[in-house]
Amino acid sequence: MHHLPTTRILCGVPHLSRLLCAVCVFAAVSSQRAVLAFAALFSLPRAVLASSAVSTLPRAVLAFAALFSLLQADPVLAQAGAESGWFNTDRTQALVLGIILTGAILLYVVLASAGRPLFIRKIAGLETVEEAVGRATEMGKPILYVPGLNDMDEVQTIASMNLLGHLATIIAGYDSRLHVPVRKSLVMSVARETVQQSYLTAGRPDAYQEDDIHYVSDAQFAYAAAVDGIIVREKPAACFYLGGFYAESLILAETGNSIGAIQIAGTARPPQLPFFVAACDYTLIGEELFAASAYLSKEPRMLGSLKGQDAGKGIAIVFILAGSALATLESITGSETVREVSEIVLWLFR
Amino acid sequence: MDVTLMLWIDAALTLMILSFLYRDNPFYKFAEHLFVGVSAAYLMAVGFWDHLVPNLLGKLFPSLMSGVVPGAVGRSPDYYYLIPAIFGLLLLTRLIDRWAWLSRWALAFIVGGAAGFNLPRFLDSDFIIQVQSTMIPLVVLDASGNLLWGASFSHVVLVLGVICGLVYFFFSVEHKGVLGHVSRAGIWVLMVTFGAAFGYTVMARISLLTGRMEALGAWLGSIF
Repeated sequence: MHHLPTTRILCGVPHLSRLLCAVCVFAAVSSQRAVLAFAALFSLPRAVLASSAVSTLPRAVLAFAALFSLLQADPVLAQAGAESGWFNTDRTQALVLGIILTGAILLYVVLASAGRPLFIRKIAGLETVEEAVGRATEMGKPILYVPGLNDMDEVQTIASMNLLGHLATIIAGYDSRLHVPVRKSLVMSVARETVQQSYLTAGRPDAYQEDDIHYVSDAQFAYAAAVDGIIVREKPAACFYLGGFYAESLILAETGNSIGAIQIAGTARPPQLPFFVAACDYTLIGEELFAASAYLSKEPRMLGSLKGQDAGKGIAIVFILAGSALATLESITGSETVREVSEIVLWLFR
Repeated sequence: MDVTLMLWIDAALTLMILSFLYRDNPFYKFAEHLFVGVSAAYLMAVGFWDHLVPNLLGKLFPSLMSGVVPGAVGRSPDYYYLIPAIFGLLLLTRLIDRWAWLSRWALAFIVGGAAGFNLPRFLDSDFIIQVQSTMIPLVVLDASGNLLWGASFSHVVLVLGVICGLVYFFFSVEHKGVLGHVSRAGIWVLMVTFGAAFGYTVMARISLLTGRMEALGAWLGSIF
């Protein structure tokens, strides 16, 4: 694998992200944006860096880009103003929540890395992945993978690439054919890198066919028409629709359904979920799509991150219950004291 | 182009695409390939003139581009844009096997940048605002202290629905016992929501069909 010498050196630093985090923690004493950067480096990029989709990308560039873009990101800058420095008191609650949430994620990542076994519940759609690939192999038919319509700047597409990596490893083992038509040129590049890496991991680099991962068109319905054409002509035994989808979701899923393929879909776009639920055999609903990588890889750090996110949901539930209870009390009693306590809870989420 | 000819092309391509409802056929294939080819080329041209020219070339060579980028007249070159230009060129190194590895730098920047940009955005829109919107009173009274049954019921359903839905998305605990029941209620809430969304969206899609039918109607009107 080729990297520029500097990247090789930086990638060789085992705890580069931790080093950057330490710098950010130091800066956090006076800086809200730095704290958010700290949060970003510990949570999202951590998941991104650990993912197979970007395992071939220079991690130092990834970390730098995440940090840089975070410092420029809305709504922090928008509210802080370009000249107001590093600390925006109006957004202190985001700082507190950021620390709580990322702290929970960090804690479980550390525990998981230390070898603590972490449970993950069954996700039906993912249990059948191997069965679907096996069926395609028996039937001598290809497997279609549609990574959604979004580009690589969308988290769903990154999650989709992670899943593609896992799926390609299984497919390489079964010696089936994987067909990935894509809508965005960047997604094509990442998908090719990912699948090639998976075939290498599976010990089948010779079976990798670059042309099976190809660009179609940026136009939404042209892409849908082309994928429909592929489905009816190649008659894949299994169709995977994982990523961000829009109005074409039902068109694709119905066409796949008409040829009798096993269909597994997943998206975090709520308007499209009903169509996938109606037309596919299994659907990964919302966050299940993001949990899928951890589920399939069982990689301790990703499982730890998942557990930490669950803690975040637990915190959300506690605050919703507390906030609702206080609001109800305030509504019934009209008490000034209750209102003041309620204000404190609401402040965190303002 | 002649309006009648446009109508004929429009109607013919619509019918070719709709013929897929019967089965795959050469007419559909023709329309599909035409659609893919034309849209890919069209969007590439649009991307060049709408993005590359004003956002990059117009910034780097304003005097040269003043004829095609109105805002570039009298502006001095902004050399910061050399950085994205270099990253853009790095992406193209993928076309040369020997240099293809360089494209990973640009890809890494895009993926890392997306992660960084999205974190505060999602923290706000998918967490803070959602929790804030759910902290509502379960008992709603009017100004004179009378209970508003409808509003109260609506608030209770919202709060319980959100909590049950959140519990369904707990991945690191087994869904059995009380948690299992709450999770089950959560998936029911989700499915009811999906059902309502399905009907709503299908109604919206009917408008797309109406648009095509109107095009065919205009074509038929031009014949008769």
